[in-house]
Amino acid sequence: MSFYLAGVKLPHRKHTAGMSAVSIDMPKEVLIPTVMHIGAPAQPVVKKGDKVSVGTLIAEAKEGLCAPVHSSVSGTVEEIIDTLMWDGKKIPSIRISADGEQTVDSTIAPPVVEDRDSFLAAVKQSGSVGLGGAGFPTYAKLTVNRPIEELLINGAECEPYITSDSITMTDNTEDLVYGVELLIKYLEIGKVIIGIEENKPEAIKAVKAAFKDNERVSVKALPSIYPQGGEKVLVYHTTGKVVPQGKLPIDVGCVVINSSTTAFLGQYFKTGMPLVSKKITVDGGAVEKPQNIIAPIGTSVKDVFDACGGFKEEAAKVLYGGPMMGISVPDLSVPVLKNTNALLAFNEGETIQPKTTACIRCGRCINVCPFGINPPAISKGLKNENFEQMEGAGATLCMECGCCSFVCPANRPLVANNRLAKQALAQHRKKEAK
Amino acid sequence: MSGLHISSSPHIHTKCTTSAIMLDVTIALLPATIAGFIFFGLRALSVVLMCVSVAVLSELIFNKIVKKEDTTGDLSAVVTGLLLGLNLPANTPLWQAAVGSIFAIVLVKCLFGGIGCNLVNPAITARVFMLIAFSNLAKPAFPIDSTATATPLVELAAGKEVELFDLFIGNIGGAIGETSALALLIGAVYLLCRRVITWHLPVTFIATVFVLSFLVNDFSLTFALAQILSGGLIIGAFYMATDYVTSPVTPKGKVIFGIGAGVITVLIRFWGIYPEGVSFAILLMNIINPYINLWSRRKLFGGKK
Repeated sequence: MSFYLAGVKLPHRKHTAGMSAVSIDMPKEVLIPTVMHIGAPAQPVVKKGDKVSVGTLIAEAKEGLCAPVHSSVSGTVEEIIDTLMWDGKKIPSIRISADGEQTVDSTIAPPVVEDRDSFLAAVKQSGSVGLGGAGFPTYAKLTVNRPIEELLINGAECEPYITSDSITMTDNTEDLVYGVELLIKYLEIGKVIIGIEENKPEAIKAVKAAFKDNERVSVKALPSIYPQGGEKVLVYHTTGKVVPQGKLPIDVGCVVINSSTTAFLGQYFKTGMPLVSKKITVDGGAVEKPQNIIAPIGTSVKDVFDACGGFKEEAAKVLYGGPMMGISVPDLSVPVLKNTNALLAFNEGETIQPKTTACIRCGRCINVCPFGINPPAISKGLKNENFEQMEGAGATLCMECGCCSFVCPANRPLVANNRLAKQALAQHRKKEAK
Repeated sequence: MSGLHISSSPHIHTKCTTSAIMLDVTIALLPATIAGFIFFGLRALSVVLMCVSVAVLSELIFNKIVKKEDTTGDLSAVVTGLLLGLNLPANTPLWQAAVGSIFAIVLVKCLFGGIGCNLVNPAITARVFMLIAFSNLAKPAFPIDSTATATPLVELAAGKEVELFDLFIGNIGGAIGETSALALLIGAVYLLCRRVITWHLPVTFIATVFVLSFLVNDFSLTFALAQILSGGLIIGAFYMATDYVTSPVTPKGKVIFGIGAGVITVLIRFWGIYPEGVSFAILLMNIINPYINLWSRRKLFGGKK
């Protein structure tokens, strides 16, 4: 049975398309949180006064889901302090003052890989997380206990404004190719499909040309209908497979990896340099010179905007990531994270949203939802603490893509309610399990 | 640099708001309003204006009394008043038009919680109420230059021939805004282009009436065409049945609603005591709408069957 994945047509606003990334001036200091991934915090292995270099391990991954953290600058550890993160949690973060030399740690060398296990261990050591925004540790995603039939490289980049993935695909094509080759070799992958939204013809051309001799790899142009980059959406549009509710892509034999993450892996296995810098799209109506930049992880958002000519208008809202799923930050002191792919600064006009009014039951939210979820029913269930209703309306399926809220003529907080409903359901299940 | 705005994603929004939608519906109804003015004169305009102003005023006053926020800015009361006015004959006494508007806004909409909470379409329900309460509505007005003595549906029921072209243009007896199929279709195309409505409900509604009329009356194409061009079917199908609050959400549900309303319309027209059945058909489908929504839910992606 074919399923129609709806979605919405968004304005693209890819102003920075084709702009190669330039490195920003070295910041004077960086603040590197020990959690820039989904999972437990990494444990700091440095203390105040320690000298560190670029690539020095500063927090290691202990048991469980975690990713190690490395210094992005050479300099001195100033302090380890709890910092308020965007999600309201306080996370131990390591503040390092930079000496400006950018000396590379002497231990940095391409990892020696012999088999699957040593490959995965090296991936873990690289500190790699999903660079598309989710920040799920890459090694954990690749550690699967069944054969991977299809590896899907996610180059959809479906959010407006963002071009950091596409510029990586056109400027770092060799790294992407090497990354894909390594994954095929060590994970015994049968087929690789690279999905790129059709509004990026340059990236499609570059990647197609790079893989023209590899019959295992194909490139699939995806329609420009948001959200092509959602994992389950990508799996469906590239392989036709439906990931059952509550399951992961691997349950249908698929693994989805972001294109920039793959390119990073290629680079890492060539040089041994862990994940210490990020390619970021800087854009939004308040930014003087929108462009793609490369910044050390931990650089303050303010330093990044300053490197782009500062603000031409007062910034009313600043986002980590794109406008559909991005997170608004409380102030400009927050650092660049591993999974920061864009920094957007909106002016006052771009920040104002229509007033929330009564639901007129137009059904737009239901009809645009890629997964057929019923957001108003979830909101109602949440209000009445009716867990059955939330579940039945598909709350657990919600990927928070934002289509429903985007189209709502009454501007109701549908995504926010879905998020709360998911949390409420998770808590309810925990309670029931006891 | 202080006080960055914090909010939940998404951070962009379509320009489409409730008031923009209602404004679109109002714009779409302008050709029909103008046609009504041309065929029925100033009297028609005064009925429509009475309905619109009383509808808006009663919502304003009701919200004042119950200390709720003013909601007239969403323009839905304008649409309700306009639709009711266009559904009345031009010779309707103005006080009756006012009573109907108050009924629509206060009893059908506001008392149930205002916009989005009404169970049935306010304009349709008020029309049905007026049809039953005020007997003069059964004797409709006629175009200024017309010599007709009954509405086309009454004539059709009596086995008389009607001029299809007059039906299409609207030079016939009937309510102010329902007679000109042409004017209504211009507005309908506008609504479809602006994606305020989809084709599913109106097209299945009208097609059902057409096919059934064709079948029950000796396969007469003229008769079937006359059936869909007259008696408020077009205004009902495109403008009243598509009311978001009281019609199904998914395309599948809209098709069910359209077919159901079509069947009821034909049943009433041919076998009921009233010559016209569109209003009753929509009202009845409004009542079972929650169930249609239940039957036509979208499947969850990867969900159990």
